Amino acid sequence: MFWSVTQSLLGGLLTTFQIFLFTLLFSLPLGLILAFGSISRFSPLRYLIQVLVWIIRGTPLMLQLIIIFYGPGLWLGHNIWSGNEAGRITATVVAFSINYACYFSVIFRGGIEGVPAGQREAGQVLGMTKSQIFFQVTLLQMVKRVVPPMSNEIITLVKDTSLARMIAAYELTFAGYSFMKSNGLTWPLFYTGVFYLIFVGILTLLFNYIERKLDYFK
Amino acid sequence: MAILEVKNIGKQFDSTMVLNDVSFSLEEGNALAIIGSSGSGKTTLLRCLNFLETPDKGSITVKGETLFDAAMPLKEQEKGLRTKRLHFGMVFQSFNLFPQYTALENVMLAEKLLAKERPDFKQNKKEIFAKIEEHGKELLGEMGLADRMAHYPHQLSGGQQQRVAIARALALKPDILCFDEPTSALDPELTGEVLKVIRGLADQKTTMIIVTHEMAFARDVSDQLIFMDDGVIVEQGDPKQVIDHPREERTKQFLTRYAQG
Repeated sequence: MFWSVTQSLLGGLLTTFQIFLFTLLFSLPLGLILAFGSISRFSPLRYLIQVLVWIIRGTPLMLQLIIIFYGPGLWLGHNIWSGNEAGRITATVVAFSINYACYFSVIFRGGIEGVPAGQREAGQVLGMTKSQIFFQVTLLQMVKRVVPPMSNEIITLVKDTSLARMIAAYELTFAGYSFMKSNGLTWPLFYTGVFYLIFVGILTLLFNYIERKLDYFK
Repeated sequence: MAILEVKNIGKQFDSTMVLNDVSFSLEEGNALAIIGSSGSGKTTLLRCLNFLETPDKGSITVKGETLFDAAMPLKEQEKGLRTKRLHFGMVFQSFNLFPQYTALENVMLAEKLLAKERPDFKQNKKEIFAKIEEHGKELLGEMGLADRMAHYPHQLSGGQQQRVAIARALALKPDILCFDEPTSALDPELTGEVLKVIRGLADQKTTMIIVTHEMAFARDVSDQLIFMDDGVIVEQGDPKQVIDHPREERTKQFLTRYAQG
């Protein structure tokens, strides 16, 4: 039994990991774009992003997931997500990417604005171009500032992947829960917890390493 | 001919007139000190010279080349902004060193980036970088920081940081080096080492504009002095003359207040 539970949980873990990885892949750049938009001098764009961030941060991720998965089928008459597992994972990644991009954008904005104006000015008077100032001067200082809050969000993302169960994506929590439903077994639930703990543990080590690496300057 | 001609510079922030009809000229090899109380427009003037602010009125000419004229169309004003900026060097009150680079890297960064634009960069990369490194080390040596080159800014004292910042500004060989209250952010016991370095530069006939609250230093080191108040030049001339025997009432008041601490 232990072996079949393990196998089943590993299958769920794969889905969890896919949701996690693809969400990061899309939400990080999207968050950076939203961050730049939210400090743009073009005020309509700024307001638009403010409203978007308000809506996304102001409503439950679970609700957003349900709307994104079922919405197209209900309003457009046909489901744009194929009914199989891949379709469910894709819908989850889309919903999660939008949600996390909004949270990330606020963190990134703080990182951009946290670099003192004097740093940019020092670059300017030394004849650097805008992109040189960004890549050579401000970027690393931004990264240093955003690593601690980002690590928080990214660890939350690991556990938020369990919401995909709502639309029947067979992720880790779903896998563990199914043994309780079908066989009345509760120990796989704790075993599932161990999977999450190891996942988050590895991430924690990684973030500690990055923070240490960036510790050489203040 | 004067190396720098500033004519009728005016600058307004919202409804506040920060600079009003400011004109002066500076000879090559001379040091100009600008004194005045906070909010008198000294810093804004330096920022205009370094193109960190755009004046609303007036013109700036360096070595006969008009770098800025408010009458020019906006496109013309912004053309070659980077090259125009290189005529001036700037040392900030708060140093603004790049924290992620060592002292030597701070000094070399801009020079290295500029070198990349040279047509012969690819073939001679090694020699070019070696030369830049040699130049950077030489500058830091002159600042008395030969043993601090590999230190990061947070490992240096304020006075040392400011000397690195001076070396960084000198690295691009600006025609005119500007100092914006270079010792105001320093503990009193550290101002001496920075002033000594600036004095050394004056002895080497570096063309400089120094905004400062160090009255005795300004009197001693500069060849020319400007007193500003409320965005206008109230009085300018020989530093000893202006400080010891001010002609204008406002200058007298400022100096008296200053002497009383």
